[in-house]
Amino acid sequence: MTTTVEHKTLWDRHKVFEKNSIILLIGILIVISIGGLVEIVPLFYLKSTIEKVDGVRPYSPLELMGFNIYVREGCYLCHSQMIRPLRDEVERYGHYSLAAESMYDHPFQWGSKRNGPDLARVGGKYSDNWHFDHLRNPRAVVPGSIMPSYAFLEKTPLDTTHIADHMRTLAFEGVPYTQEMIASAQADLKAQGTADSPDAATLKKHYADAVARDFGADKGQLTEADALVAYLQQLGTHVNFSIYDDKANIR
Amino acid sequence: MAQAQTQTKSIWPNEIILGSGLFLFALFALYVAAKAWEPAYAFHALLFAAASGAGCFAVVNRFYSRAAEPAPQMIDGKPNYNFGPVKFATVAAIFWGIAGFTVGLYVALEMAFPILNWGLPWISFGRLRPLHTSAVIFAFGGNVLLATSLYVVQRTSRARLAGDLSPWFVILGYNFFIVIAGTGYLLGISHSKEYAEPEWYADLLLVSVWVTYLLIFLGTLRKRVEPHIYVANWFYLAFIVTIAVLVLGNNAAIPVSLFSSKSYVLWSGVQDAMIQWWYGHNAVGFFLTAGFLAIMYYFIPKRADRPIYSYRLSIIHFWALIFLYIWAGPHHLHYTALPDWAQTLGMTFSIMLWMPSWGGMINGIMTLSGAWDKLRTDPVLRMLIVSVAFYGMSTFEGPLMSVKTVNALSHYTDWGIGHVHSGSLGWVGYVSFGALYCLVPWLWNRKGLYSLKLVNWHFWISTIGIVFYISAMWVAGIMEGLMWRAYTSLGFLEYSFVEVVEAVHPLYIVRALGGAMFLIGALIMAYNLVMTMLSPDAAEVPETRPVGPAPALSPAE
Repeated sequence: MTTTVEHKTLWDRHKVFEKNSIILLIGILIVISIGGLVEIVPLFYLKSTIEKVDGVRPYSPLELMGFNIYVREGCYLCHSQMIRPLRDEVERYGHYSLAAESMYDHPFQWGSKRNGPDLARVGGKYSDNWHFDHLRNPRAVVPGSIMPSYAFLEKTPLDTTHIADHMRTLAFEGVPYTQEMIASAQADLKAQGTADSPDAATLKKHYADAVARDFGADKGQLTEADALVAYLQQLGTHVNFSIYDDKANIR
Repeated sequence: MAQAQTQTKSIWPNEIILGSGLFLFALFALYVAAKAWEPAYAFHALLFAAASGAGCFAVVNRFYSRAAEPAPQMIDGKPNYNFGPVKFATVAAIFWGIAGFTVGLYVALEMAFPILNWGLPWISFGRLRPLHTSAVIFAFGGNVLLATSLYVVQRTSRARLAGDLSPWFVILGYNFFIVIAGTGYLLGISHSKEYAEPEWYADLLLVSVWVTYLLIFLGTLRKRVEPHIYVANWFYLAFIVTIAVLVLGNNAAIPVSLFSSKSYVLWSGVQDAMIQWWYGHNAVGFFLTAGFLAIMYYFIPKRADRPIYSYRLSIIHFWALIFLYIWAGPHHLHYTALPDWAQTLGMTFSIMLWMPSWGGMINGIMTLSGAWDKLRTDPVLRMLIVSVAFYGMSTFEGPLMSVKTVNALSHYTDWGIGHVHSGSLGWVGYVSFGALYCLVPWLWNRKGLYSLKLVNWHFWISTIGIVFYISAMWVAGIMEGLMWRAYTSLGFLEYSFVEVVEAVHPLYIVRALGGAMFLIGALIMAYNLVMTMLSPDAAEVPETRPVGPAPALSPAE
């Protein structure tokens, strides 16, 4: 290799990185920024990223508490919430998942592994009682299941003290909770967990398709199992796919 | 020295800043503990208070025990290396490795025998799996990276580590972060972002530790006597900087309150998915690859006593690897609601990534040119080289699985678990073990390891364990993929979900067996390394001695 000042090879030029830690640092920062910027930034402004659909709404207070229990227990480690547009998945689980359906999930719960079935459309598939039996002892209803027992959930009273703070944080992050929804969080939460609640109408006004009912057998006191079942029972139920237009949202 | 003793000792600014900072933080943590919304968070605040208090005490204690003058940069014309923090991280790596592999074995058994969840929240699979992944990746792998990087940067710069208290802040702060993260999962404190589960306050601690780590690494490089920055340090620097960027981007979250452990991640839905796997895949790319490639670039040449095969190849390897890796994230999201253009980019760059990966593999393995015989005689070198072979295998498998049609079958199945473990057990595990086997005798001034024969046992037991593990997961994964999409002749789905779960049961037992063997190998290593530390004259023969008739083992006193 001839190294003259006038005729420097690329290998010679590379020495500037080998001899100066700050230039090396800047070089690394530039090189690692490109891919991330190209792949992430457009997702925030391309309008086609999230489909336009009717029906998707933020979680009701009770469902939000259920979502947080789902997160806490690490359910996403065994259950995906993302149905791929493949023939067998659509037949097994239902219509493939839309980006819009998880747009209020902070963080997303798409998952990466199916030790258990996908839950993106589990809402309404089984009765509330089935879910309680199943959480208590999964093998009582599905003999071959390898799911842990979550019997402790129905023994743990639901701590609803700070639900409004949670909703306020989410509202700050862009989830469309109004001041009114936040103010009536406690009432909505109680209403959804009680059959024939006088506040059911307000609940309906805030969360159109939320159904007020007694989830568990223990009337009066809400448990963590009630919240989790309320969350599971609404999964994938908000979009009416009989009128959804696939073609309008081709990306 | 006598002169130094008689001087009046003055307190240094860094002692005042760190000591008083820790003291004030301990008070603050006590205040948070008193007002915490949840008992688990109060417990963590108390841990923070205790750790800060202990840190403050340690700073004051050191002031009384230290010399009046700062530690000299050079002694007798040789750099006065600072190996204390390196030693701590080495021991921590051994400890966390055993802990992480044990938890891994337990979760594997939970999947084979769900009764082992015992209906207890703290040890249910959903809480233990993050404990396993964090313990092996961040606790074991992280401490190996801290130990080796702070060792290598000093050696190759021929300069003492920058900073006085800050290296200790990094090592102890990082291990405290591990404790907070791990106990948090057991108590139900989690972000639910895979490999980024620690909540906001643990993340803040990690960021402060990590920035200090970057500064002492750069500071040591700036003090270097050697004109060139050695290749391994490029990889370490890329690892440190990129992990900082990734953690900041992926963990951006707003806490519900200062008094609550709960926060909501800033991103949601599809954007969050993309950011998560930009992070997740590059945690693999920069934590588990670039960092450990740095180990390869220092420890293999050192152990083989040969120069790196090609310096130019290492330049191409470095820039191509770090440029291409960052694009590969969307291959975790094939056929999902992520827009197709992003999926296609992810797949394309994943396939291209095969080339720098194998370039690096060739560079590592070919370093043995002219010294191939050492593979037969030196089990530590064999472990290092086999790790690079595993690296080559999993970096071929990765691009294959990133092809959309393959991914349609492999995604959501145990094939992914098998792929991850061929990389983590074979590559990350073995290169770490090899580095630890080199590092312990160097740091504790031993002529060699306590027993090379035990290294051989470790190598073979864990290699057979890895083969059990990954072949079980390949069979399970492909079987799951095929059974999920199987149709009867009448056009119905042939299997219910739970039939597939039942079908993979035997393979889960084989996987647990493989994991157990890997753990046994690691226990043999821990014994060997501890004995090396404890028995000064254990090794009476140089390490390059052939293994054949092994020296008689003498138990340490």
